[in-house]
Amino acid sequence: MNAAVSAMLDRTPPRVQRPATPSALSNALVFGWRAVLKFKHVPEQLFDLVMTPIMFTLLFTFVFGGALAGSPRDYLQIFIPGILVQTVVFNAVYSGMGLSTDLSKGLFDRFRSLPIWSLAPFAGLMVGDVLRHVIAGAIILSIGLLLGYRPEAGFAGIAAAFALLVAIGFGMGWVFIVLGLLIRTPMTVMTLGFTFMFPLVFASNIMVDPATMPGWLRAFVVVNPISLMATAARALMSGTATFNQLALALTAPVVLTVLLAPVTLWLYRRR
Amino acid sequence: MNDMSMPDQTPAISARGLVKHFGEVHAVDGIDLDVPRGMIFAILGPNGAGKTTLMRMLATLARPDAGTARVMGHDLIEAPQDVRAVISMTGQFASLDEDLTGRENLVMLARLWGFRGRAAKARADELLGAFGLSDAATRQVKDYSGGMRRRLDIAASLIVTPGVLFLDEPTTGLDPKARQSVWRTIRDLAESGVTILLTTQYMDEADQLAERIAVIDHGRKIAEGTSRELKTATGSGFLHVALADPTRIDDAAGFLEARLGGGVQRNVEGVQLSIVAKTPREATEALRALIDAGIEVADFSMGSPSLDEVFFALTGGAGHAATRAAERTDREAVAGVRE
Repeated sequence: MNAAVSAMLDRTPPRVQRPATPSALSNALVFGWRAVLKFKHVPEQLFDLVMTPIMFTLLFTFVFGGALAGSPRDYLQIFIPGILVQTVVFNAVYSGMGLSTDLSKGLFDRFRSLPIWSLAPFAGLMVGDVLRHVIAGAIILSIGLLLGYRPEAGFAGIAAAFALLVAIGFGMGWVFIVLGLLIRTPMTVMTLGFTFMFPLVFASNIMVDPATMPGWLRAFVVVNPISLMATAARALMSGTATFNQLALALTAPVVLTVLLAPVTLWLYRRR
Repeated sequence: MNDMSMPDQTPAISARGLVKHFGEVHAVDGIDLDVPRGMIFAILGPNGAGKTTLMRMLATLARPDAGTARVMGHDLIEAPQDVRAVISMTGQFASLDEDLTGRENLVMLARLWGFRGRAAKARADELLGAFGLSDAATRQVKDYSGGMRRRLDIAASLIVTPGVLFLDEPTTGLDPKARQSVWRTIRDLAESGVTILLTTQYMDEADQLAERIAVIDHGRKIAEGTSRELKTATGSGFLHVALADPTRIDDAAGFLEARLGGGVQRNVEGVQLSIVAKTPREATEALRALIDAGIEVADFSMGSPSLDEVFFALTGGAGHAATRAAERTDREAVAGVRE
């Protein structure tokens, strides 16, 4: 008999009473801590997250940049705020995948059978998402700065743009949380997510000025919420943002939150 | 934890008419259950019988479509959060975070229960020690063996000592050594006053562990009692006889039926007969008479009733449990997705 088993046979687990009930905030923070631990143990997830945007940044800047904006350096001024929006949006897909993984493994059954604030696991998920958005955004921004991107509004503009990015990520996150709750195979969540997001991201003003596009496409691109978000992010980083731009950029995230947060709750509590 | 004024009067679990449907599938179809405090109670049944669904309802993970239940005196529907405060559940599939270490898993759960900082770590280490997992504390759970995972999963259910511990097929997929150690833990816990409700598809597991057993099939309870009571209902055991000359199988079957009463079951190849024998003595006498009658026996054995045989006896031979189990596994899988 191995040592582990015999050790188990010799001892009865000590009995313990429940300590004072923790607050909802404390519950949520525990799940946030879990998200942070995930960075430590699964650093690859961050790699997945930033590799695509890094590749996009390098390819678009050096291959298409000259043709699209006169020079790679000029293209960076347009492209970096846009690719940040794309990063955050794709990021949300991974978040839905993570949720789907948790659900497929029975981990949430344990959480749901605990006497905790029932939304704490989602709050924790959000904490993890915000961290991921900020980390991935910072990496992309650093590469942009290295390549010659110069935001006119300086640090304040960057901070404001990141706040906008987090709000966008939060809003878009609901779509993939709902998908994660509905679909128990993480790969399907990813495939569906990207199938949905790729056309939305490409048919936007992130990479190319819509003025060169055919009329029917331009009509879509100018109202595409992704374009509105990219426009606002650019404006914040160059210090020219208007209230109107911000309101338009935040419309989709707000609408999604209002519509999908109750759906999420219902799906989670459905039993 | 509020109504501890009369802690010992209320049973650990008392359920009336629990029903849960998944579309057309009647997973649980009207079950009553009474489990006194401190008891090990087994729910025995084939895959798809409704065991897991019944347990998920009692653990507040599935809402009953009809019926009522109280767990440690708390109403399942009215006060699920109070129920959650006095139960723990270890599901069929490890409910652990595979990416985190064993210790981090336990610290996370300890914090969720309200242990702070150092106390959470101390509780995690205490449990790791008690379950022989101290050496593996800083390894990611995905690198654990099946037995270690199961132990950590049970440890995770004991952060705060629960009033009722639900264990869904606690030893499925474990090797015999790991199985023994899980059994030992379950007994120790029951001895310390924890009520344990476990599901199993193994007759011997229910037999070894449980003071009472409820047999469930098609979402209904078809029998309940102590292991001894169930076996008496089934006959003390089955006499299995293999004939030297298979052509005489009809003679032998008729002979044994006349001698022991009841029906003979034939195995698929048609060379072995099984029949209920109330006592070993009766079995021996029947065998001797068979040989005296000139029917040569190639091999024989006396076995405790298997789950199959318990079902055969309880359902009056309405079909083999194993066959039905195979048919219904798919249905449970479908139901599982809908949950």
